[in-house]
Amino acid sequence: MSDVRNAEAQAAADRASTYEWGFTSDIEQDFAPKGLSEDTVRFISAKKNEPEWMLEWRLKAYRHWLTMTPPDWAKLNVPPIDYQDAYYYAEPRKKDGPASLDEVDPEILRVYEKLGIPIEEQKVLAGVEGARKVAVDAVFDSVSVATTFRAELERAGVIFRSISEAIREYPDLVKRWLGKVVPMRDNYFATLNCAVFSDGTFVYIPEGVRCPMELSTYFRINAENTGQFERTLIVADKGSHVSYLEGCTAPMRDENQLHAAVVELVALDDAEIKYSTVQNWYPGDAEGRGGIYNFVTKRALCQGKNSKVSWTQVETGSAITWKYPSCVLAGENSVGEFYSVAVTNNRQQADTGTKMIHLGKNTKSTIVSKGISAGRSDNTYRGLVRVAPTAEGARNFTQCDSLLLGSTCGAHTVPYIEVRNPSAQIEHEATTSKISDDQLFYAMSRGLDQEASVALIVNGFAKEVLQQLPMEFAVEAQKLLGISLEGSVG
Amino acid sequence: MLKIENLHAEVDGKAILKGLSLTINPGEIHAIMGPNGAGKSTLSYTLAGRPGYDVTEGKVTFDGQDLLDLEPHERAAAGLFLGFQYPVEIPGVSNVQFLREALNAQRKKRGEDALSGGDFLKRAKVQADALGFSMDMLKRPVNVGFSGGEKKRNEMVQMGIIDPKLAILDETDSGLDIDALRVVSDGINRIMRTPDKAVLLITHYQRLLDYVKPDFVHVLAGGRIVRTGGAELAHELEREGYGTIAA
Repeated sequence: MSDVRNAEAQAAADRASTYEWGFTSDIEQDFAPKGLSEDTVRFISAKKNEPEWMLEWRLKAYRHWLTMTPPDWAKLNVPPIDYQDAYYYAEPRKKDGPASLDEVDPEILRVYEKLGIPIEEQKVLAGVEGARKVAVDAVFDSVSVATTFRAELERAGVIFRSISEAIREYPDLVKRWLGKVVPMRDNYFATLNCAVFSDGTFVYIPEGVRCPMELSTYFRINAENTGQFERTLIVADKGSHVSYLEGCTAPMRDENQLHAAVVELVALDDAEIKYSTVQNWYPGDAEGRGGIYNFVTKRALCQGKNSKVSWTQVETGSAITWKYPSCVLAGENSVGEFYSVAVTNNRQQADTGTKMIHLGKNTKSTIVSKGISAGRSDNTYRGLVRVAPTAEGARNFTQCDSLLLGSTCGAHTVPYIEVRNPSAQIEHEATTSKISDDQLFYAMSRGLDQEASVALIVNGFAKEVLQQLPMEFAVEAQKLLGISLEGSVG
Repeated sequence: MLKIENLHAEVDGKAILKGLSLTINPGEIHAIMGPNGAGKSTLSYTLAGRPGYDVTEGKVTFDGQDLLDLEPHERAAAGLFLGFQYPVEIPGVSNVQFLREALNAQRKKRGEDALSGGDFLKRAKVQADALGFSMDMLKRPVNVGFSGGEKKRNEMVQMGIIDPKLAILDETDSGLDIDALRVVSDGINRIMRTPDKAVLLITHYQRLLDYVKPDFVHVLAGGRIVRTGGAELAHELEREGYGTIAA
């Protein structure tokens, strides 16, 4: 519990320091009018003092986006989205936020309590008026801790900036890699992101450097401002190593219903990137009203020989999740991994999985997907393993397990396997099971209540994935799985 | 300790227990024997509170409190332990984790302090050693890949760690070879044969009773206890079968 508290205090301290460092100024005074047009794109670019090439890139994306249609192949029922009925830059602060925690949905407060989040942090998460300042004051003393971390990163030569800053300060690096892993025209949501991305993170790990700490977006980013169209670019130079954490176990209030992030990772020779996500955006009420639509494009390019990228995700939130963190295994002996737990409850829909594209010789990929469905939700694993003619000796192991709670939910597994090299070895295992009454009663007869029993069984089911997470994240994720499934049995 | 009065229970709308009465005092070991379908397992599940086993009439008190009013985990915290005929597998959850969480949940309910990881492991090791169960097995997922005999031994390890007041052991002897039977029986005697505890043994066979000597033997047939005697009754049953007695 104290770990959670420390992490939250740290997060608050880090948010506090964003003010000091002035990454996001004027957000309350200045915003683009509602709707999407070339003017919106120009406004965003101008607000960020972007160079001309960046504006041109955005406009090109925008013009292409106009010719595209949303993808409809996923097993998702997506209501029509009105792109003109949204703010694309710094939505004006709503004045109808809760005035105090007394006005916040007691369900949400109960979850905060269970996660052990301090009161002041709860206010920030719930969007209580004026709470941010209070939270900042409350942890003022630990601001220096964040500064110390920053100094340590700089000593190691690690560049860790908001993407807007990086565009101005490291234009060559950004220009070289932005859009190289996820091309501008990749898909409807990625192209939209190219046009209007609000902010995000840039990380560069120099040759031979092992990043001295786990990097978290909390360190620097003002989450309120970047949540909607986030853009992340991580480049790991030769022989470097970095572990990056994204997300938050606490359900966070967000006025933006549509989220379309793009994450690009590049690993050069012998480099390794570990990218861990806990996604717990608001899933909507029991009928699915008001939840976040999460359309994310995440892809890694293992460009160098012996490079390795490992994606780990715990997805419990959002009304709709459309997300396929992928690896393009170009370098010889490169390795891609995907470990996923996706939980859907009530009316949630998730269509998530991965793509492993084997191009280089002796490339290896591992996919472990654990889908947990409850309520009246639908949970689909969709995964592609493609072995190109050049990928001599490629290997893949895929394991897809689905766990059902109750009899009104759905679990689906859609594997695509395309092999164009006869030396490839591909293995695919899939299981579907239900939490049995036997298991529940056995656990309860030993003294665990029903909630604790479900949490225990589900965590056992997801263990192979959870153990891939960094320790402090894993503990929170375990609690989160239990909480996400409360009331789904019996 | 346990007082069952005129217990009626049904499963899927079918009456199985039809007026069963039984009193178990501290320090006593009771054996219940009976033909297949007599309601032996229904009795153990009903006492442990398994959903789907509905009590339609009667009363059960455990240490003076109304047992039927409690959820299964509350019955466990009150000191009731059920040894399963078919212990259940829980993939991905180690025995150690399972039992520590369960024991600490019970302790919390009783207002006791949680056991630390170290103290718990010490306690677990004592029980595992006594039952010839390696620490390695304790760290493996609950019952996954265990043989029938290992599962039953694991039940006894669990019973030792949890240290209940009353153990209901549902055919704990079935599927055991003679050596394993001795180990399990020694476990029952060591853990439960004290003046303040009691055991309800449900079994088909006399041979368990050679090792765990019952103070009372009951014959369950047609959902009721039709005959009660001392240890000698088990021998008689073994010789003559249930036919004449249960008729």
